[in-house]
Amino acid sequence: MKRLLLAFLLLAAPMAAYAGPAADEARAQKLFTEVRCVACQGQDIADSDAAIAGDMRREIRQAVAAGRSDADIRADLYRHYGDYVLFRPRFSGSNLLLWGVPPLIVIGGIAALLIMTRRRSETRAYALSEAEQKRLDDLTKNI
Amino acid sequence: MNISITEIGVFCLTAAFVLSAVQAGVVAAGQVKTMRGIERYAEGISLAAAIAIAASFIILIVAFIRSDFSVVNVYEHSHTDKPLLYKISGAWGSHEGSMLLWCTILLVYGALITLLGQGLPASLRHKALGVQGLLGAAFTGFTLFSSNPLGRLDPAPVQGLSLNPALQDPALAFHPPMLYLGYVGFSVVFSFAVAALIEGRLDRAWARWVRPWVLVAWSFLTVGITLGAFWAYYELGWGGWWAWDPVENASFMPWLAATAMLHSAIVMEKRDALKAWTVFLAILAFTFSMMGAFLVRSGLLTSVHAFAVDPQRGILLVSILFVTAGSGFALYGLRVPNLAPGGLFAPVSREASLVLNNLLLSAALTSVFLGTLYPLLMQAVFDRAMSVGAPYYLLVFGPIMVAGLAVAPISALMSWKRSDLKGVLQRLAIAFAVAALCAALGLLLYKGADFMAEAGYFVGLLTGFWLVFGSLRLVWERTRGGHPVRRFLGLPLATHGMLLAHIGLGVFVLGAVVESHAKLSLQEVMAVGDTAKLGAYELTFTGTYQAEGKNYDAQGGIFAITDASGHRVCEARPQRRFYPASNDVQSKVWLCFRPLSDLYVVMAQPQDKAGRAAWQIRFFYNPWVRLIFLGPVLMALGGVLSLCDRRLRVAVATRARALKPGPAAEEVA
Repeated sequence: MKRLLLAFLLLAAPMAAYAGPAADEARAQKLFTEVRCVACQGQDIADSDAAIAGDMRREIRQAVAAGRSDADIRADLYRHYGDYVLFRPRFSGSNLLLWGVPPLIVIGGIAALLIMTRRRSETRAYALSEAEQKRLDDLTKNI
Repeated sequence: MNISITEIGVFCLTAAFVLSAVQAGVVAAGQVKTMRGIERYAEGISLAAAIAIAASFIILIVAFIRSDFSVVNVYEHSHTDKPLLYKISGAWGSHEGSMLLWCTILLVYGALITLLGQGLPASLRHKALGVQGLLGAAFTGFTLFSSNPLGRLDPAPVQGLSLNPALQDPALAFHPPMLYLGYVGFSVVFSFAVAALIEGRLDRAWARWVRPWVLVAWSFLTVGITLGAFWAYYELGWGGWWAWDPVENASFMPWLAATAMLHSAIVMEKRDALKAWTVFLAILAFTFSMMGAFLVRSGLLTSVHAFAVDPQRGILLVSILFVTAGSGFALYGLRVPNLAPGGLFAPVSREASLVLNNLLLSAALTSVFLGTLYPLLMQAVFDRAMSVGAPYYLLVFGPIMVAGLAVAPISALMSWKRSDLKGVLQRLAIAFAVAALCAALGLLLYKGADFMAEAGYFVGLLTGFWLVFGSLRLVWERTRGGHPVRRFLGLPLATHGMLLAHIGLGVFVLGAVVESHAKLSLQEVMAVGDTAKLGAYELTFTGTYQAEGKNYDAQGGIFAITDASGHRVCEARPQRRFYPASNDVQSKVWLCFRPLSDLYVVMAQPQDKAGRAAWQIRFFYNPWVRLIFLGPVLMALGGVLSLCDRRLRVAVATRARALKPGPAAEEVA
């Protein structure tokens, strides 16, 4: 437990303010990997040298510099270009299965396993009633 | 046009088709009372079919080597100026040729069932051969009637159209054969599963017989996927190695299913449990293999990797896929309720931990499956275009996989039947502490964009180090108490294989985490004399040069790279190659190999910079990228080591039987 705590502290130590132009650029870079270059084949705008990718990178840098949050920028992109440009699909009703099924399998699976093992141990602990025990004794006596 | 070797090739292909159909036919006929016994002919037929298809494949390769442009496929995908290696690899660089490769491997695996399976019960072996024959007939039939690679062209042109330059690469020359050896290996597993379902007998022995085939296919698939990733890394020039592209995912899904099956088959072999689940995974692995190979060509998925697409053929292939997988699953649904229930087990035991592993792998597989098919589904049903990319997989697949990997060292230390979780965790405490320390040290050297990036980095490093040190803990436990080297060498090969595979996975995770978080990149228009800075490295454009290859002309740039102290690290010479045969320009990446990391320079489009000739230059620093390719190689080696274990050797039953008469004969003497 102590080690876990230590690990957590180490994790929290460099959490000092993420701000300034370097941090802005890092945030913009991370957002670039979430946006599809519409003129390319399956590339994000971070890797593409197409003109439109350059324009979109500039747009996002401006939005980051203007202090808009990641969620705001994603919403803007969705409003302008639709679902197609978002490599990170929105948490919307139509994407419910996409986001929901894998974690549901984990949770449901673990629950099912726990219930199964419990039920099995219950069966194993099944005890004979007095009448049954007597009948069994009678039967074995006759052998 | 006179009869020549090419026509013999077509004849051989036809023979392979007929023989495969007959192979399935005799096995079916043998089930009828009056014809009992006829099914043993399937064995000889499987050998003949393999020889026939191999002959036709060799003839195709010869046509490529000789640049015989009277063959349409050679004309469309080869050129006299191409280096020999790429002439040969051109044989499977097209849809038709790769179908023939697929069939060849399929029928050769069928012959191997006969050759290596002599120790198996005859009825199981024959039924497996029957199923393999059906698969063989379906695929050779498809190749022969709709994708014949040996079709003729009259009159023959004097020159070919050449292979896509991006495919002219050593890694890609060997990528398809390795990938197919993996994909098609699961056909044997599928055949054994269907045979066992027909027989109605699924027991521990079955798991033992099938496991070597899963190991073979899994090891090849691991190497195949890695070669593909390596090709994408240094040939496509975008600095990355995995894009979660539908085609990449399609090769990854059978790998995940097979990895789950490798683990569940151990439980079935040792504890007679998880039978229905293991057979389900056997059918699933081959279904995903077929999807991986054919979805690409069906026109349903578009991708950089796609072959020329013909919708009609695509529909045929997808129908074969659905009929094969559909009948497999239907049989499964019919038979499984009648299976004898498997063994029980305690919630804390090796087998329970492997069930957890399988649960997590299935959830991870589901996320890849959904991510790949969701956009297709949305397009087809709601006519809405959407995308699923890397951020989705990092958020969904990532955490599930981290949980799965965290279980691995714990599972390896648990005992069968009933284990003591607290004891196991105590034994692993030091390994965890060392892993956490290493991860914390790594974190100190890293400055992320936000808290999430740093947390992700730490957890990723912790997972990788945990896999490595957790596995080493097991080595230490098994070797302490004198003669460590002898004890280490004395461990069962299967244990060595497991350890190596888990360590390899850890090595891969470390590489992937460091590379994806700490990579640096720069994109700049540079002319001769310009300098750019990336992290501690400085890149100076010192000059250009011309070069000539066998089938291209290249213009190259010379770049000096120096580190922070001004020492020269290396000289990069990336090229832009012009291939006149296909009128195509290809950027050739230059990699400066550091021990673990790469400096990666690409010379892209030429541009004008204030009147001077300049180029778009991309410069990447990819830390620890070597581990990404080393890890899977270790994993595949682990698979091979396991395969060499006496207990699992494919032919083990044969040898045991061959040895038996020995002592008996001596006694008589």
